[in-house]
Amino acid sequence: MNTIDFLEFEQMRKNITPFKVGDSVKVHVKIVEGDKQRIQVFQGVVIGRQNGGIRESFTVRKISNGIGVERVFPLHSPILENIEVITRGHVRRAKLYYLRKLRGKAARIRERKYVKAA
Amino acid sequence: MNKGIIGKKLGMTQIFTEDGTRVPVTVVQAGPCIVTQKKIQAVDGYSAVQVGFESLDAARANKPQLGHCTKSGHGVFRHLKEIKLANSADLNLGDSLTVDQFLPGDYVDVTGTSIGKGFQGVIKRWNFKGGRASHGSRFHRAPGSIGASATPSRVFKNKKMPGQMGNEKVTVQRLQIVRVDSADNLLLIKGAIPGHKNNIVIIKQSIK
Repeated sequence: MNTIDFLEFEQMRKNITPFKVGDSVKVHVKIVEGDKQRIQVFQGVVIGRQNGGIRESFTVRKISNGIGVERVFPLHSPILENIEVITRGHVRRAKLYYLRKLRGKAARIRERKYVKAA
Repeated sequence: MNKGIIGKKLGMTQIFTEDGTRVPVTVVQAGPCIVTQKKIQAVDGYSAVQVGFESLDAARANKPQLGHCTKSGHGVFRHLKEIKLANSADLNLGDSLTVDQFLPGDYVDVTGTSIGKGFQGVIKRWNFKGGRASHGSRFHRAPGSIGASATPSRVFKNKKMPGQMGNEKVTVQRLQIVRVDSADNLLLIKGAIPGHKNNIVIIKQSIK
């Protein structure tokens, strides 16, 4: 393993909950306010994962007060406390950008019934 | 200047800080550099040290290299560079410069050879605008006028023209050191430094 790969491997999170595009997740984010630290939860649908080793990131979309909100999280960032999978979605795309045009019932995702044992 | 070292650019990556910010860093394999020759005020007119970096198989070295490098007693080196240090006079042959002289947060200047782009026109080399591509335009990537006519009836010096781009000595000033790894002789420097991977660079304490 070369030096750069090693430096990147060292920083990677090893205990990531496996999740896929289409899954609904709760992302627990550490937030520092002054000297206090608290956890904020961002709940939504994973609409894309950008692979890239240590640079891997994923995009979560939710509808907040009728307005679509998307947030991109670096997967290996130390501010992520935990990623919790709520439902597993059955989708046929790697990137669910089409959800941006859909509202309400149309924006539902079929649930994946048979989940392979990890 | 009291800190200096020779290194080899290994490439770039990113480092997470505790608050989740990503810092772009260049990884440099730096030192240990062995003092191979001392330049003395009385003899050479200035004070500096010549240091060697990266050992070379003695069988591959020529005789002048062998003779010069073995004086320090640490084998032969692939790269020799001179560094002017404030404490040059106190260093002896065989002493080594390591990454330990640097601390995270220090500012350094990094000198190296930039990536060669070959002979380039003015658009790539000097960011000229160029002309429009279509609608009968017959002016595309040419430099245009290079000066007035009878007065001054010459082209001014340093006029931006096509020519060799890159592959020249470049110094990037005031880069911050993010991490020092003395076990593996690594320096992580914030931002980009000149040259390709495996480019030899000189890292000195920042003058600014």
